[in-house]
Amino acid sequence: MERYDCMKTKFLALLGLLLGVLGGATSAQVQLNGAGATFPAVIYSKWFDDYKNTTSVQINYQAIGSGAGIKQVTEGTVDFGASDGPMSDEQLKEAQSKRGTEILHIPTVMGGIVLSYNLSSVSSKLKLDGKTVADIYQGKITKWDDAQIKKLNPGVSLPNKAILVAHRSDGSGTTFIFTNYLSKVSSDWKDKVGNNTSVNWPVGLGGKGNDGVAGLIKQTEGSIGYVELAYAVKNNLTYALLKNKSGNFIDANFNSVTEAAAGAIKNMPADLRAIITDADGKNAYPISGFTWLLIYKNMQDKDKATALVKFLHWAMEKGEADAKDLYYAPLPKQVVALCEKKIASITCNGNKISAK
Amino acid sequence: MLNSNIEDAQNIPALKDSENEPDNKSFIQRIFGKSNVGDFIFEKLTLLFAVLVLLLVVLMAYQMYVNSQLSISKFGWHFLFSSTWDPVTEVYGALPVIYGTVVSSILALLIAVPLGIGVAVFLSEIAPGWLEKPLSFLTELLAGIPSVVYGLWGIFVLVPWLRDSIEPYLSDHFGKLPFFQGAPYGFGMLAAALILSVMVLPIISSISRDILRSVPFTLREAAFGIGATKWEVTKLVLSNARSGLLGAIMLGLGRAIGETMAVTMVIGNRPIISPSLFDPSYTMASVLANEFTEATSDMYLSALIELALVLFIITIIINIFAQLLVWSMNRKWKKG
Repeated sequence: MERYDCMKTKFLALLGLLLGVLGGATSAQVQLNGAGATFPAVIYSKWFDDYKNTTSVQINYQAIGSGAGIKQVTEGTVDFGASDGPMSDEQLKEAQSKRGTEILHIPTVMGGIVLSYNLSSVSSKLKLDGKTVADIYQGKITKWDDAQIKKLNPGVSLPNKAILVAHRSDGSGTTFIFTNYLSKVSSDWKDKVGNNTSVNWPVGLGGKGNDGVAGLIKQTEGSIGYVELAYAVKNNLTYALLKNKSGNFIDANFNSVTEAAAGAIKNMPADLRAIITDADGKNAYPISGFTWLLIYKNMQDKDKATALVKFLHWAMEKGEADAKDLYYAPLPKQVVALCEKKIASITCNGNKISAK
Repeated sequence: MLNSNIEDAQNIPALKDSENEPDNKSFIQRIFGKSNVGDFIFEKLTLLFAVLVLLLVVLMAYQMYVNSQLSISKFGWHFLFSSTWDPVTEVYGALPVIYGTVVSSILALLIAVPLGIGVAVFLSEIAPGWLEKPLSFLTELLAGIPSVVYGLWGIFVLVPWLRDSIEPYLSDHFGKLPFFQGAPYGFGMLAAALILSVMVLPIISSISRDILRSVPFTLREAAFGIGATKWEVTKLVLSNARSGLLGAIMLGLGRAIGETMAVTMVIGNRPIISPSLFDPSYTMASVLANEFTEATSDMYLSALIELALVLFIITIIINIFAQLLVWSMNRKWKKG
């Protein structure tokens, strides 16, 4: 498949070259290929579409999952990748040795993860904190009227009902961010379960995708599960307020997710591979995360490199405005500034690329 | 399954024109030593196709074996007999998913085989023409429904029905049996087995019907002629068609073992071994579909490919077993 794609690209490139020569040496249309995360696929396809209409640069994107995106970038079968979880140090090292260039992480938009539940007798929004969520997901809390939940929700009459825990059965960036949060707030979780795109769940049922988890929740009274904020908003799911590091109960929305990134700006690593769960900030929603584009720091093809750099600048300047309409949280200004700096450092055969 | 036909064809003495006209061999005929160039090309071409299929199977097995080396060398036989599947600590054991795959498929067959063959017998032996046509059409239509549609039906119709009616009833009346214990959530092994049985039913019934039809009509006429009842004639037809029927069942089993989407939507996706049909389970095909795209580490990927290899081997073992069953039945039949 990869070889086929590679052959196809070569063929198209050849065809493009031929047409370019025949058409009096005007520059051939630039085509970029990317692959990776499914979560940002909606906004990416809008961006690529809009960008094509303004500049005639064609960008193809295949939403094949973050893990596969990282693989493709490492193998060099795409011009850029995308991932919901940052590449690990080993993965970066492997990619660098294989491709001979550094891989840059450019954050594009943000998402939050909410705890949705099905309790018909509770009308107000439930309040939860990190430790309680970790205990529920470890099977330590099994009933809704557990003292720990009651304490967080004074005045709410909770039913004496068994909790059915729902989680993702497919490997996903959502699970990565969620288990990362649980590992931060519960050392027991960190030791016994840990943090990955899929984990060995101590309890519960698995559903495939956001819709699978939402299906489990909708179908079962007394269930709780984690889904992407965008999915929950689009489908009118009820979800809990979550206590953040500052001790406030925060409703997940696009502003509180963006706040989390702003709160994490102080500790932002230079390579922008920041995981911003349990972030500082008064109004920061604690289970938030970036999604990244994975870009080769040094590229060989000048046309492609220029097109990609121009697109990235465009995405930061114009594209971010689309985020909220499509249920993504936009990057805070400080992060956009960091991204612009990163984008400016991209080179082609060692030479700087002019974005103008 | 079709071996017997091939054997019959081989027993027919071949027509050998060349023996009658030894002097008129053309140049090409002399080179190839065959009477007919067309025949020769046809024979080699079909042989090529047959070898290609074999080659494909061997190549697939080889690829999976090579790519799962990392996991095979680390876990060895433990992979098959341990039950922890933990991508965080990179410990992989496939026993619960092997169990889930085999049990859900067998349960599905237990339901679908009597039903499917019953439908086939009715359609080919009993049903009047005006009923047979629409019924055949409808059962074949079932085979054409995409599995995700079955899955959605499972989530929105089957699961609530199991949760609210069937499972509470089973747990009230048969709750002492280990098969019906635990909380009735609807999602789990029972839902998966039921949905699989609906999915394999049309395969079994439509192939079985065609096989029953192909039993020579003279056999029925002869049996009726010596005074056999409808039931006795049907038994005769069934025993005549048994190897074909077993083939139909095996195709159904193949579909059940490999089914991914509909199963993963209702089975609960939890790698545990529990005798209770109410508990969640997990199948190999579902694990592969769920985890393959996000398997980032080499060991994880290797373990998943080894899982695919195990699935492949189990399918082969089942097919060999079925083949042996056909042979032993044939032998008994010939002796009897």
